[in-house]
Amino acid sequence: MDLSFSAEDEAFRTEVRTWIADNMPPHLAAKAEAAGHFEMPEIMEWHRLLYSKGWVAPHWPKEFGGPGLSATQRFILSEEQELAGAPPLSPFGLVMVAPLIMRFGTDEQKQRFLPKILSGEEVWCQGYSEPGAGSDLASLRTSAVLDGDHFVLNGQKTWTTYAQYADWIFCLVRTSAEGKKQQGISFLLIDMKTPGVEVKPMQTLGHTPAFCDTFFENARVPKENLLGPLNGGWSLAKALLGHERTLVAAVGQTRRTLRLARRIAEHQRGADGKPLIEAPHWREKLARLEMRLRAHQMTNYRALVEQQKGHHPGPESSILKLVGSILVQEADELCMELMGEASLSWHDEGAVAPFEQWVGPAFCYDRATTIYAGSNEIQKNIIAKLILGLPSS
Amino acid sequence: MDFDLSDDQKMLVKTVSDFGKKESTVERFRKLRDDAEGIGWDRATWKKMGELGWLSIPFPEEAGGLGGSFVDAALILEQLGKTLVPEPYLASVVLGGHALWLGGSAEQHEQLLQPMMEGDTTLALAYAEPGIRFDPRCCATTAKREGDGWRLEGEKAFVQNGHAADHLVIAAMSDEGMQLFVVDGADVKRRTTKHIDGHRGAHVDLAGVVVPESRRLVARPATEVLERVLDFGAAATVAEGLGVAFSMLWMTVEYLKTREQFDVKIGTFQALQHRAVEMFVEVELLKSINVESMIRASEEGPERPAAISAAKLQLAQGGQLVSRQAIQLHGGVGVTDEHDVGLYFKRMHALVTLCGDEAAHVARYAES
Repeated sequence: MDLSFSAEDEAFRTEVRTWIADNMPPHLAAKAEAAGHFEMPEIMEWHRLLYSKGWVAPHWPKEFGGPGLSATQRFILSEEQELAGAPPLSPFGLVMVAPLIMRFGTDEQKQRFLPKILSGEEVWCQGYSEPGAGSDLASLRTSAVLDGDHFVLNGQKTWTTYAQYADWIFCLVRTSAEGKKQQGISFLLIDMKTPGVEVKPMQTLGHTPAFCDTFFENARVPKENLLGPLNGGWSLAKALLGHERTLVAAVGQTRRTLRLARRIAEHQRGADGKPLIEAPHWREKLARLEMRLRAHQMTNYRALVEQQKGHHPGPESSILKLVGSILVQEADELCMELMGEASLSWHDEGAVAPFEQWVGPAFCYDRATTIYAGSNEIQKNIIAKLILGLPSS
Repeated sequence: MDFDLSDDQKMLVKTVSDFGKKESTVERFRKLRDDAEGIGWDRATWKKMGELGWLSIPFPEEAGGLGGSFVDAALILEQLGKTLVPEPYLASVVLGGHALWLGGSAEQHEQLLQPMMEGDTTLALAYAEPGIRFDPRCCATTAKREGDGWRLEGEKAFVQNGHAADHLVIAAMSDEGMQLFVVDGADVKRRTTKHIDGHRGAHVDLAGVVVPESRRLVARPATEVLERVLDFGAAATVAEGLGVAFSMLWMTVEYLKTREQFDVKIGTFQALQHRAVEMFVEVELLKSINVESMIRASEEGPERPAAISAAKLQLAQGGQLVSRQAIQLHGGVGVTDEHDVGLYFKRMHALVTLCGDEAAHVARYAES
């Protein structure tokens, strides 16, 4: 048993850290320093920089342009970016649809889509949820009816995050009403410029324009944009949820937020005029979260070591999602609490210290962490059934 | 990073686990607990543990041990926790034994540690005192030089295995700072105390006990020894607590799968399923932080106390969520002495409390 990273991995960590420090443009670094919210153009700017270094898709196999890093190095690469506060890359192309194209796509689809996902030339978004299909995703109703060489789409997708910037959307659509509701679903790749596709952005609770509704009205999608078998989309969707869950351990993000909390506690003063960090009450609150994060981080390491051995993330990855999402929220909540009245400030430059500026919006937006990527209640259902073996009603 | 056990360690875990399942079920603990004439555990079993090498494995060869590490002791404790094995492994091997190893000379190792490692004697560490919370840097018990030896004054409370130990390591304050002494159990006034978890200990009155200089532990400063031993002890409570929590979780899941109400298995109810999942998540976090705490227990530097305190917090928060929900999900039967689940619940409380409770460890982490 050994807790340390190898000398080779430590050297890689230094390389990554140095590269980030040397290559993050000043306007992104300033926003990172202020723990600010990155908009899509900034995210894609960082994407292209990482692409030029060869690090944008660490988990991709070499044959598709991945850098051939070990699981541990991939982890280090992502952790260092989180710790530096770098813009979080859009996962929809790189992490979500690309592995499915690699696994289920035709050669034409691989050649058509993968290089542009890698370079960032084409931006993707996700079309899963619908107003009537959230946790019960299989009840989705957006229909795709075959008409000659095209599917004709009608319906509405929601939470199509950053669809206003997207060139492509991947969608789960209903292609059959026969059998169980999971059986009539297909996976389609759709050009956002297709006539009949319309995007309506909406503001999130953090007042960032991340969410969108995407409407389809007789949108014609070529047959060759079907990914995987007709009516076989549900198994693709399930494969994807496993990928997504390992993303949300968010260890680096929470470590960073707790560092921010410490900074706020050094800045804000109590009634005695002393910084809050000197009061045992606040120190212990901070300590408790740091200690809990330590246990979560070790769980993440355990998963990482399993992955390094070539094991795919199983239902255990639900634990990372459950605990990680709550820690993100608790760290935000502590920052808000430390700020006191200053936490009332809302997108108002100058009212609070620059590093306190984004605490409120993050506190609001991060309520999503326990909901997205399969709500925590859904994760609990998964663990109850697949790990604990509890009976269904 | 590598979290795999060596082949020897896998074998050790299997042997201890088999011992628990076949030779030391909860039934055995219950019998020993209920025997008013006995000491609460069994000397023949202790001797056997010595012969199997379990009592000497964490100590280095130069001290007469098998040259393993604390990780081996933690692995043993996790398995012992699963069936509530009552022998004083934590009190004698981890607390008393590690104090003697770190503080003792070669001669003291031979005279006092060796017989314990062979299973012929047991040890105890007397640190807690009535009415105050212990701090390795100070205590109320005093030691004054008298002739060639030291005169002790003071009382020690809730000394784990103090009632049966052949030798007790005593922490006492002198003009020269904290000191550690080894006294024979027969030489002190001790009253057996009954503890919540069915274990026993002692209230020790040291008034007028004179200890020869040869029984003072001087290999390292006593405060340093105590800090390290209490960290080993805290890590040990986490390892044993993991075994306790593991058993409670699966005992409860099994109950949910078999108990019927409203004509269905109660495990079909989502409210109860989610409660069981919360228990599972806490056990996994405990398992994770136990890995770090048992490895770092032997390290020097700031990561050791940080990891161990974090582990102790997880035991207090997560371990007790498990033990409390286990009772709740068992319903009324969980509140009877006949059912095993309550015995685990009580042991969990003891483990959370020993070697620094939640408040002590959070405060230590926060001040670091």
